[in-house]
Amino acid sequence: MRRVLLRVVLACALPAVLVTVWWVASAGSTDVYWPPLRTILTAFPDVWTADRLRGDVLPSVWRLAAGYALAAVAGVALGTLIGSHRRVRAVCEPVLEFLRAVPPPVLVPVIMLFAGIGDTMKVAVIASGCVWPVLLNTVEGVRAVDPVMAEAARSYGITGTARLRSLVLPSASPQIFTGLRQALSIGIILMVISEMFAASNGLGFTIVQFQRGFAIPDMWTGILLLGMLGVVLSVLFRLAERRVLGWYHGLRASARRSP
Amino acid sequence: MLDVRGLRKVYEGSGRRVEAVRDLTFTVDPGDLVCLVGPSGCGKTTLLKCMAGLLEPTGGEVLLEGRRVDGPPPGTAFVFQEYGRSLFPWMRVGENVELPLRQKDMSKAERRALVRDALESVGLADAAGAYPWQLSGGMQQRVAIARALAYEPRVLLMDEPFAAVDAQTRADLEDLVRGLWRQRGITILFVTHDIDEAVYLGERVIVLSASPTVVREQLTVDLPAERDQLHTRVDPRFAGLRTRVYEQIQAAKRGEVRDALTKSSTPPPR
Amino acid sequence: MRGTNAVLGVAGLAGFLALAEAVPRLGLVDEEYLPPAGRIAAALGDEAADPAFWTALGDTLTGWALGLAIASCAGIVAGVVLSVVPYLRQATASTIEFLRPIPSVALIPLAVLLYGSELRSVLLLVVYASFWQVLIQVLYGVQDVDPVAEETARSYGLGTWARIRYVLWPTALPYVMTGVRLAAAVALILAVTAELVIGAPGLGQRIGVAQTSQAVPELYALIVVTGLLGLVINVGARAVERRALAWHQSVRGEVAV
Repeated sequence: MRRVLLRVVLACALPAVLVTVWWVASAGSTDVYWPPLRTILTAFPDVWTADRLRGDVLPSVWRLAAGYALAAVAGVALGTLIGSHRRVRAVCEPVLEFLRAVPPPVLVPVIMLFAGIGDTMKVAVIASGCVWPVLLNTVEGVRAVDPVMAEAARSYGITGTARLRSLVLPSASPQIFTGLRQALSIGIILMVISEMFAASNGLGFTIVQFQRGFAIPDMWTGILLLGMLGVVLSVLFRLAERRVLGWYHGLRASARRSP
Repeated sequence: MLDVRGLRKVYEGSGRRVEAVRDLTFTVDPGDLVCLVGPSGCGKTTLLKCMAGLLEPTGGEVLLEGRRVDGPPPGTAFVFQEYGRSLFPWMRVGENVELPLRQKDMSKAERRALVRDALESVGLADAAGAYPWQLSGGMQQRVAIARALAYEPRVLLMDEPFAAVDAQTRADLEDLVRGLWRQRGITILFVTHDIDEAVYLGERVIVLSASPTVVREQLTVDLPAERDQLHTRVDPRFAGLRTRVYEQIQAAKRGEVRDALTKSSTPPPR
Repeated sequence: MRGTNAVLGVAGLAGFLALAEAVPRLGLVDEEYLPPAGRIAAALGDEAADPAFWTALGDTLTGWALGLAIASCAGIVAGVVLSVVPYLRQATASTIEFLRPIPSVALIPLAVLLYGSELRSVLLLVVYASFWQVLIQVLYGVQDVDPVAEETARSYGLGTWARIRYVLWPTALPYVMTGVRLAAAVALILAVTAELVIGAPGLGQRIGVAQTSQAVPELYALIVVTGLLGLVINVGARAVERRALAWHQSVRGEVAV
């Protein structure tokens, strides 16, 4: 009981201290750029009304989800294909290395040429940035399938889609999740950037509008909201990962206990 | 049942040629339990993988019930030495045992019954819901054996299955294999580097030479069918057979040339 | 084996370039949107002859290198302090877990207001984004310290500083290298992004200009440059890592963060 209490205190202490410090330090602030935390928090419910949430946050999240899902499916599918064939991998490797190295935000102007400035552009931007970490990690994961497991599957006549479903994909899944996690942070960046470039709604667009209109406390609420979105998505991701990769964490823990 | 004729396997890679198996010929009769022993690195695993259709031989052929093996045949099951890596860690024990059955044309109820029966016969009926990595090494190897049993093979190929478990577990597992063989009448080919294990388990022992491998000697183990760790191992006949195999292996290590034998031979009883 | 792979790789690159040349030429895609590879190469040549391009490249590299250096030092120091001081790691865990996923681009408006389109804007974003990469890896690395080694060091009466120097640092070093490598890639992304969105001088800003002036081949040429830059950084960082840790790579998988 005392242990649990100590952990709760340790977990909450620093955040509480930080918020308090911010609150106190900014309380009498007259600096336009650093409004009192009190002002920001009071502005929050006024700025992010249900209407705004529906009109700006929802479209942003929808674009992110669509682009991310597209990238995940394409990345895993292509990665499995490339990873399972040594020659295909050798042919694609240099090109993939180059494409992955291109900083994803510079694709925004290019994709705008093709897809204009609508939702298609944003989804395409997010997908084209997120696909590389998923793809490359899948290739690595698929390539690293344990040879003994592969032989066991072969000796029991497990081939084709059954092999893919029960051997290759589960065995690559820890790597795939590493890729998906990297892709998530890139996806959020691209969601914001693409909306800052050209949009009529969305989180990124709204925050920039506030900044241009010198609505500083409103801008701060936007930054907070964006931060919260990042945290919520990362928590959701962690939950999903715990579920899918429960076996992997257990395996690693048992390997650590008996080296 | 199993015919190995003039089997030869040469590994080629990056300019090097390694002749692992030179010329192997022997047969395994239906319902036999044959142990293959040989000095370490003599190509035992290579041979077994060729027989399982996991490796393509360079020369010669393997026949299973008169049919040439050119891929994993449906009637054989393979038990690997690396139990920790041959079971899938993302599947529970029951799912691991059931997985190969999903490729066969059978109903869910039949599959369930086979899985339960197989797990029961290795003494792990309660472990179906556990993950393999939650079990000890010996138990994991039992799961691997259960997976092989559920597959209902006519031939069971075992590649040094107990090399990585501790001595006591090993004795239990040996009795388990011998018991299963007697109950189910499966043909078993058991590869080991442990001479005692070979003599204790086998009805026949095939001694292989050092690499490049040929058959050095074939012995019939004329011990009673009913064997147990306590009495069989102190049986003078056991000691005699053991010494004989030991001498052969030592000679094989020294590289003494001897013509490949295809006939059975047995040392004269003392 | 290696030779065959290299030949296949070159063939793949050649195929990619041929495709990039053929697709617009055959009219599968409008040349206005995707100029043939040859035209992009010509634009790349023009850029290389322009001193302003080299200044921009220098600006980008400055922002990248400075940001990466600050983030790495801060990440390493913070990571070591957090793990050496008792209770500090537990006390900061929740805060780190909260701050880390905050997207660095959320800070763009703030950076614009505070620093305009100066280098400091770029640095703010680059440092924020890459700091976490280093910090997290350092924390993982310290966790990996063998308790037996740590106790041995204690039993011989080694002080805090000596323990950091001889036990903690060598164990954590591979993780630090991984962290810096990941941070190097992230830093480039953020440097170019900041230039592109905020208009700080550098390659990103040049891309923005090319876009607004409809200079499509130049746009592609500049993107190719950023890609090559990223490639050099990735390959370089991996080479440094492998060279420094030849003994360690084989015994350890990369930690999934």
